[in-house]
Amino acid sequence: METLISVIIGLVAAPLLGGLIAGLDRRLTAWFQSRQGPPIMQAFYDVGKLFGKEKMVVNQWQILCAWVYLIAAAVSVALFFAQGDLLLVFFVQAIGAVFLVMGAMSVKSPFSQVGAQRELIQILAYEPILILVFVGFYMVTGSFSIHAVWAQDTPLLAKMPLLYLALGYALTIKLRKSPFDFSTSHHGHQELVKGVLTEYSGPYLGLIEIAHWYETILVLSLCALFWHTNVAWMALLLVATYMLEILVDNTMARMTWRWMLKRVWLLGMGMSVVNLIWLYAG
Amino acid sequence: MHFDCGSCNGCDIEVLACLTPLYDVERFGIINVGNPKHADVLLVTGTVNHRNKKVLKNIYDQMPEPKAVIAIGACGNTGGIFREAYNVVGGVDKVIPVDVYVPGCPAKPEAIIDGVVAGLAKFAQKVEEA
Repeated sequence: METLISVIIGLVAAPLLGGLIAGLDRRLTAWFQSRQGPPIMQAFYDVGKLFGKEKMVVNQWQILCAWVYLIAAAVSVALFFAQGDLLLVFFVQAIGAVFLVMGAMSVKSPFSQVGAQRELIQILAYEPILILVFVGFYMVTGSFSIHAVWAQDTPLLAKMPLLYLALGYALTIKLRKSPFDFSTSHHGHQELVKGVLTEYSGPYLGLIEIAHWYETILVLSLCALFWHTNVAWMALLLVATYMLEILVDNTMARMTWRWMLKRVWLLGMGMSVVNLIWLYAG
Repeated sequence: MHFDCGSCNGCDIEVLACLTPLYDVERFGIINVGNPKHADVLLVTGTVNHRNKKVLKNIYDQMPEPKAVIAIGACGNTGGIFREAYNVVGGVDKVIPVDVYVPGCPAKPEAIIDGVVAGLAKFAQKVEEA
């Protein structure tokens, strides 16, 4: 019963929170750039507007893929809030990501095709990191279940700091922020016109945007697990992480996929493996 | 989104200026997109000629309803001083329906923002009717 309530809270609150974070993101980015920026609720206005637009699709696969992406993102958040198995959360989220790529590949537009290929490479970059982070969870708590995290009395950040930094790479890729925003970029920035999202428009783009909010909340919740003992410190950790993401976005240029693979695999997986060895030896 | 039909780029630079921190058009929630499928409002500068009228029509058709078109600058409105030239069609409204005309050579960023906000009002009207 309790699980059901937390699942429903998760399913309803996650997109609302995600949209707020998206609005705050644009506001903060504008502050970094000495501008004013849109109202905080702008993300909701945008999605509302998108749902009012004409339905324009190239083929029927796009509709299916947009819906599966949204449902997979929502289910992974629901599983997370149900304190389920981290690996299951990971696989459900991965299904959604692959369906987004398939939807983009179903269209002949070159922007869509190349964007989809780059999205696949981005998935290839962050998935090993996530798996290694979950292995770290297993080594500290003894289980892949999120239940086991609450049983710990010291924050996981103390034992897994390098894994948290590696998770930062995954967060940057998931949030589609520079330097890793070459499959598609968030709000106004263009890359390959709009890369993997080029052929989506109107309500289906709205569905993808909501799915993006769910995924943002999922990765941020994963970051939040690293300081589960104290809500104030957890909030501080999340705020600091997100501010760092926006800072990196505003200071770094968009890089190539080769650079990303080298960086994320060498540094990200390297740090993760070092942390895991430290956990194993300790 | 913004399309330049072969202008001198004066109006385009002023449109770009609207995106800078000084005029900051994003405070109205407006962002500049390059994809017509993601756009609601089309800003057109420059004289339409017989070549790019096809491109203009193509881009306009790719935008999902409801949409608004804003012609910017003297060239966009009527063809400006180039109206009598042999290759100039003369004015964006000869190719696609225009909702707002922003005069000027080049149009000031404040006038452009004014025009875009007026265009948004028309856009809201179209949403109501739909």
